[in-house]
Amino acid sequence: MKTSLWKRWRLPIILLAAFPLTIVLPQVGIIDPYVELVLKFIGINIMLTIGLNLVNGYMGEFSVGHAGFMAIGAYVASILTVWVFPPEAGPLLFPVALIAGGIAAGLTGLVVAFPSFRTRGDYLAIVTLAFNMIVKSVLENIDPIGGPRGFMGMDKLSSLAWIYVWVVLTVFLARNFVFSNFGRGALSIREDETASGLVSVNTRQVKVLTFVFSAFLTGMAGGLFAHVLQFINPRSFDILKSTQILVMVYLGGIGSLGGSILGATIFTVVLEGLRTVLQQLDAAFPLLGLSQEWRQVIAPLLLILLMLYRPRGIMGLREFRFLTPHDEQPEALEEYKKQVQIVTPAKEASL
Amino acid sequence: MEFYIQQTLNALQVGSVYALIALGYTMVYGVLTMINFAHGDIFMVSTYIAFFFSTAILGAVANLSPIIVFVATLLTAMFGTALLAVIIERLAYKPLRTAPRISAVITALGVGLFLENFMVAFKPIGPAPRFLPPLIPVVNYTIAGVTVSTIQVAIIVVSALVMLLLDTIVRRTMVGIAMRAISWDKFTAPLMGVPVDRIISLTFALGASIAAVGGTLYGMAYTIDPYMGIRIGWWAFISAVVGGIGNIRGAMIGGFILGFVEIFTPVFLPASTYRDFVAFSLLLVLLIFRPTGILGRPVAQKV
Repeated sequence: MKTSLWKRWRLPIILLAAFPLTIVLPQVGIIDPYVELVLKFIGINIMLTIGLNLVNGYMGEFSVGHAGFMAIGAYVASILTVWVFPPEAGPLLFPVALIAGGIAAGLTGLVVAFPSFRTRGDYLAIVTLAFNMIVKSVLENIDPIGGPRGFMGMDKLSSLAWIYVWVVLTVFLARNFVFSNFGRGALSIREDETASGLVSVNTRQVKVLTFVFSAFLTGMAGGLFAHVLQFINPRSFDILKSTQILVMVYLGGIGSLGGSILGATIFTVVLEGLRTVLQQLDAAFPLLGLSQEWRQVIAPLLLILLMLYRPRGIMGLREFRFLTPHDEQPEALEEYKKQVQIVTPAKEASL
Repeated sequence: MEFYIQQTLNALQVGSVYALIALGYTMVYGVLTMINFAHGDIFMVSTYIAFFFSTAILGAVANLSPIIVFVATLLTAMFGTALLAVIIERLAYKPLRTAPRISAVITALGVGLFLENFMVAFKPIGPAPRFLPPLIPVVNYTIAGVTVSTIQVAIIVVSALVMLLLDTIVRRTMVGIAMRAISWDKFTAPLMGVPVDRIISLTFALGASIAAVGGTLYGMAYTIDPYMGIRIGWWAFISAVVGGIGNIRGAMIGGFILGFVEIFTPVFLPASTYRDFVAFSLLLVLLIFRPTGILGRPVAQKV
């Protein structure tokens, strides 16, 4: 099957053409700083969501401690840019710092990957939660990096252009991962771990790789996050953060990259929108006492409602065409379609 | 020596509160094989029920005997919290019983965070720490260099009584037999005439009211705030896992172990801020090497 050059290169060209816009638009003022900030958070959240979706959605393991990886990425990258790298070389070495943060997070991903050989389901959830708590507790006890007071001094290195590049790269890498042999291995583990072992999927290798890759992406997102806010403290990486990532994954849909992008975007926009809505409502009805804290009530509520009424999310187990290797490998897509069709949520027999 | 006896007493005090909350985790797990992550926040709500009720009753009626105030507060907190737990079970968990188990766990996490953030955002409660009014007269006795307060005695004695009572309920009564039957084989139990839905609701109610006992006792000794559900809840949860989740006596033992971890961490490590680290590392190591806890038996998975 031959496809035209335009069809083959359409997506890369569009993405490349959009890149200068991310530099120019904020500078001429078409995108004001607030919108720019929201766009940055959308980008970071897309990376976080894809990272978690690889483990929770594609592999069917259950991590609720991804904020821990994010914390490690954020702290390692920040320490590198603030203390290690010379300030004038900051922007140039920023990618190095981010990747270092990602690698550090990826290595700690091993800590969670090994218990996953022995335990699954809710016990693994506990392991990841414990991991999140341990990371937070350790960071709070290291005084040189600020302890509970937090760490600051980072320059605003995460420009919209950088985040754009990393998001595109993340989606690209994740897509290739999902459609690779390892990605199919991960899918087979989700469906039935024992059976996939019997058809000679190296489940341990797949698990380690998926966890490490997921932690790597999450750590990178953490590094970007730290250089947007220019201030991090251990409390910003607690269970609430992990829950927010979970909400984005389950809102967008498990096992779907397109869903991750949608979920992260919708969630970020809705939470930001609530900020102004609450302000307006509070000004109109001061008696109700609608402070900004109510935004933190919405996220868990959304999670509960999603689980009850739409457990698969918007795009659960479906995928946009442009995120599938439809032109390069039509036969791979056919293969994937077969998998998606046979995929049903493992209904556990219950009461 | 006195120092260690004193610390042991403190550890027993903290440990009994953990044990009381751990029982709720372990009972729900035993019956539903579901981790009720909202349980810590249900405990937190119970202290607020105790707070508002005791403030109201002490403000409304003067010169009540402390015993009446204490018992009334305890019963109100138990009843209110049990009601809350049953409502949560009916609205959020019951529809998910046929869903993949992970859905229920995520929902439980969501419910917990919802309760916590709701209490913070809700103006009349808010994030500020509060004190329960003194329910029983506080007297400190010093025996051979060891200080014992009436609150300490109340906490340890009431907890021990409640635990004995629960152990009897689970072992001797029909309700307890039904619970154990569901936990043993949830498919056959309904065939033997066990009203599964009612027993599950009852388990939630029982677990929550025991947590409310813990909550009232805790509120007498420490300040309360909406965030404590997370911390205390997690410690209690670790207790349940350490003892072997699903095992009631294990939860009691686990609670006391965690009480000792909390009190003795600052004795052996430079600061008390390490206690979370110690507790969660204990959990992690235990899950890796003995996932079923001290009293739990390993279960082989059928393929």
